[in-house]
Amino acid sequence: MNRQQVTATINGELKEFLCEPRQSLLEVLRDELFLTGTKEGCNDGNCGACNVILDGIVVNACCIFGVETNGGHITTIEGLSKGNELHPLQQTFLEGTGMQCGFCTPGFLIAASALLDENPEPTEKEIRHWLVGNLCRCTGYDKIVKSVQDAALILRERAL
Amino acid sequence: MNDYVIPEKLRVVGTTPIRPDGHDKVTGRAKFGDDFHLPGMLHGKVLRSPHAHARIKSIDTSHAAAFPGVHAVVTAADFPKIASNVIDAGESGQIDMQDVADNCIAREKVFYDGHAVAAVAADNAHIAEEAANLIQVAYELLDPVMDVRSAMADNAPVLHDNFLPGAFLAPTEKALPNASKLELAMGDVSTGFDQADVIIEREFTTETVHQGYIETHIVTAQWGANGMVTIWTTTQGQFAIRDQLALVLELPMSAITVIPLEIGGGFGGKDSIYIDPLAVVLSKQSGRPVKMVMNRAETLRATGPSSGTYIKARLGVKTDGTLVAAEFHGAYEAGAYSGGPVAPGVSTALTRYNIPNVKIEGYDVLVNKPKVKPYRAPGATPSNFAVETMIDELCRELKLDPVEFRLRNALTTGDRLVLGFPCPEIGGVEILKAVQNHAHYQSDIGGPHRGRGLAYGFWFGAGLPSSADLMVNSDGTVQLCSGSPDMSGTRITLAMQAAEALGIEPSDIFPSVGDTASVGYSFQTVASRTTFATGIAVYQAAQDILAQMAERAALIWQIATDNVLIDCGRFLNKANIQQCFTFKELAGKLDGTGGPIAARALASPEGVGFQITAHLVDLAVDTETGKVDILRYTAFQDAGKAVHPDFVEGQIQGGTVQGIGWALNEEYFYDEAGHLKNTSLLDYRMPTILDVPNIEAVILETPNPGHPYGVRGVGEVPIVPPAAAIANALYDAAGIRMNTLPMTPAKILDKLNSATH
Amino acid sequence: MKNFDYKLPASLDELTDMLSRGEHTARLLAGGTDLVVAMRGHRITPELVIDTKRVEELNELSFNDHTMILGASVTCRTVCRDPQVVKNFPALIDCATLIGGTQIQNRATLGGNLCNAAPSADTIPALIVLKAQTNICGPHGNRQVPVEEFCTGPGQTILEPNEILVSFSIPLPRKHEGAFFIRFIPRNDMDIAIANAAASIVIDSNGETIIEGRVAIGAVAPTPLYVSDVEPVLSGQPIADDVIAQAADIARQAARPITDMRGTVDQRKHLTEVLVRRALNGAVNRARGND
Repeated sequence: MNRQQVTATINGELKEFLCEPRQSLLEVLRDELFLTGTKEGCNDGNCGACNVILDGIVVNACCIFGVETNGGHITTIEGLSKGNELHPLQQTFLEGTGMQCGFCTPGFLIAASALLDENPEPTEKEIRHWLVGNLCRCTGYDKIVKSVQDAALILRERAL
Repeated sequence: MNDYVIPEKLRVVGTTPIRPDGHDKVTGRAKFGDDFHLPGMLHGKVLRSPHAHARIKSIDTSHAAAFPGVHAVVTAADFPKIASNVIDAGESGQIDMQDVADNCIAREKVFYDGHAVAAVAADNAHIAEEAANLIQVAYELLDPVMDVRSAMADNAPVLHDNFLPGAFLAPTEKALPNASKLELAMGDVSTGFDQADVIIEREFTTETVHQGYIETHIVTAQWGANGMVTIWTTTQGQFAIRDQLALVLELPMSAITVIPLEIGGGFGGKDSIYIDPLAVVLSKQSGRPVKMVMNRAETLRATGPSSGTYIKARLGVKTDGTLVAAEFHGAYEAGAYSGGPVAPGVSTALTRYNIPNVKIEGYDVLVNKPKVKPYRAPGATPSNFAVETMIDELCRELKLDPVEFRLRNALTTGDRLVLGFPCPEIGGVEILKAVQNHAHYQSDIGGPHRGRGLAYGFWFGAGLPSSADLMVNSDGTVQLCSGSPDMSGTRITLAMQAAEALGIEPSDIFPSVGDTASVGYSFQTVASRTTFATGIAVYQAAQDILAQMAERAALIWQIATDNVLIDCGRFLNKANIQQCFTFKELAGKLDGTGGPIAARALASPEGVGFQITAHLVDLAVDTETGKVDILRYTAFQDAGKAVHPDFVEGQIQGGTVQGIGWALNEEYFYDEAGHLKNTSLLDYRMPTILDVPNIEAVILETPNPGHPYGVRGVGEVPIVPPAAAIANALYDAAGIRMNTLPMTPAKILDKLNSATH
Repeated sequence: MKNFDYKLPASLDELTDMLSRGEHTARLLAGGTDLVVAMRGHRITPELVIDTKRVEELNELSFNDHTMILGASVTCRTVCRDPQVVKNFPALIDCATLIGGTQIQNRATLGGNLCNAAPSADTIPALIVLKAQTNICGPHGNRQVPVEEFCTGPGQTILEPNEILVSFSIPLPRKHEGAFFIRFIPRNDMDIAIANAAASIVIDSNGETIIEGRVAIGAVAPTPLYVSDVEPVLSGQPIADDVIAQAADIARQAARPITDMRGTVDQRKHLTEVLVRRALNGAVNRARGND
């Protein structure tokens, strides 16, 4: 075993953990840190269920080794809300039924939060382009798009 | 069967409250199959056959057992050899538990690429995988057979010397070395065809597809020191898992507790055991809990996809559009073991039309692919593709409007079905009229290479047993526990029905899903039955609660129970209506009048409302590349009564998009030796968010009198007509008739090129 | 996944030093979107993985008067957001925005895409038509190899043991030069190309005549193909449908695809003609400033 020590800021907290180089960031989050909100759907970058924010950009945690994140900043779904205050996206997914089984939802929320951080007024086309790497099998995507649009509106109104 | 009198005004049913389990799902707190951990847990991995058809000569596990970090290794030798044992498995019909056991771990032969042969439990999944790869298996290769027609041909390789003919929804009889058969008929087809002015006969092939749930299969098993087994898993049916495990491992059912975690999609594919018995025996041998995860490749290779088919159909019609005769021959893959969806596939092929003379022949065919499982209206999509495209052809030949044609022939309430009984309350005509009146149907299609297509679809749905418990708390809130795993929001739709029945608010009801030790038997969450059948159990339990509470009110007021009036959450003394308790007030008095109140109902309702739908699609095709872009899509469906309209819309949209994937891009690619080539979501191509437009869902309501609020199941039929609708639109756009699924760009290009030559 | 050692060198010297020790089979890691998946699938089993993300030379993106230097480990995301790249190399933007969705683009690199050497790689045809040179450093010194000569077969490159792809040198476009990349996939994204094509065109100041044209095609041979045969057909010709059609037909003939689960020979040859035609028209439009 050649576990390496890694230090990263995860959801605002400095965390130290040990992992073998072969453990992906997804495995480290789930199996070493017990942050199980980030999901495995395909383990090869095709479904987006494992999305996290790494150093400000949304990535597939399954395609990154845990050791690569030494010194990095990571936001997972557990860090999207502030305490009990939900992010507008979480609120609109809840109210707009942007989920059915809910398994792909953390990935979509993280990816959509990255979109709205960069582009507060996305068109429907831009939303669909941005989220093309996130697969959902239950909803047919309609209500996901609408939930993102509704959240964008809330965020814009807050900014005023 | 009781016909319910459905109230005109409903207070809660039809509204859109937020689901109580939603908060955990948007915050990542909800525990799905792989989110569960136990101290000391080991990880299991399966060694799978790389061959599609082979005899196992020997297995040497010694190197795996010696690998550092390995705690247990199992093969079929570690499992009881069970005799043939056919059990009723509800929606999966009758299954032979010997087949189920053999599928979980191969004993003498492997029947498909990916068939489990051995399993290892180790300190972590990486070690388990490395160790599993050290197990040496000697195989004697056999020729595989990979499609229905080859399997039914003379001298085809034979999978099983003996097999029980499949019985999924209806029994079949063994007919060929690899196939069993069922027949249905009505009237006399030769007379019928004699009366026809136009007859067409067409052939179709469709490929194997997978349900594609984003969460794969995961099981954690703990063999307790006292021989009691606990399972935590993602499943559509915790009782099915328990019962199948008990039979396969020869344990009493009471020794096994299955705790359902949240389920990340199922669509019919998570109704049975796969790695469960392996995890249990690994746990027993290692003395530690064992978690096993099937990764995406394993899920595609070795769970339960939906049948590829070969269909030949013949329709006879008069010039005025009246269908007079139909012959339908369908061969449906069963996979490695018998019991695929041939019966529902062939019996829904024509059911939505009144055709007096019908002859149906269906084959359940063994092929060297994993045993098929239900996928949302199992069997219906391929048969709908065949019939609805033929009807489109007939409409064009006879120059008849596609909606008018269907109206002329539409099955209505009371008409006789080919299955032999009259059609219950159905609103097919209303749906067709809604299509005609819709802006989409009336709009101009615009642009070159654009086309519009319509298809009409039908599915049964089911009742089957469900259990619900209601417990009244002294503060007037209510616990609701059912045995139905919540795939898409049924916790709230059940809570809404309880709230409606009890006259309280959904926010006062706390719904949960019980494990097999805590709640009465429930059949799986399948067949569009949960809101319907578990809803009825909830309704019945609620009536029991109300009756018991009325008794308490009567006790308090010293009157006969008959004199208590129950009116929307209030209890009144008929003789003196000043005496009144709200539900909350009366709940507060339960402890003083005899103690807490609870009720359980077990329902197996028969008044199933069938599902009927019409889909209208506009598309554009790039005639140089064969690429299809869906421009506009409207789905019209009868929900009976939409308990939670947003969720009903969601079911329609989700099933439609699955149907679009089935229509355009999804298929299993096997090479000639029977290896599955596309074991990743890169090449098993499901629709992305960029591949579909908004799906407009138009919900109609012809109430089902078999349910107290008129509910019909809604979850399955949306997947049925998209393929045919798209095929019909493609003809409209480019003049080509597709007779294979999926209609990939390559196949469309091929048709376009041969059409111009 | 088999276990391995992971190292993070801080400089190019440190990186070359690690490689030269030759104690282990080593692979370089940039974005990881190919490597991690290939390692998980046991297709590649290095004993040592060397992370390039701290090596300055591999992460450089700079411009001088004539050339853009694009480090091998610069991500598609960085490329797509650099205003100079957007202005000068829209064809690179075409391919960098197509690769596998937002999450993949945030990590994937053009150097990684080239070294992965898939026949269907989406960045290679554009690099070829842009006359990109690869800057390679190794134990025997530095060398430059044109991108079209880099791949030698599926997953195979001209890199000798311990050689590193450091960066690309891409000449800035001339006046009235335009380039375009297009691919064909069955869905609208997230697929490997069934066929792809890039074209660059230099036209005269009147916008009527082609001075020079360059075409490359992919997913239709063991490596992406530079189709030099189109050049005489385009040079000095008027911008006209028949000229473009002729070039597209030459490209179709140069294609030598196979049939596999993603596409058939006939389909791929047909698509090559269609895509090259569309790429040439797209390049002309950009050369005219119409984009």
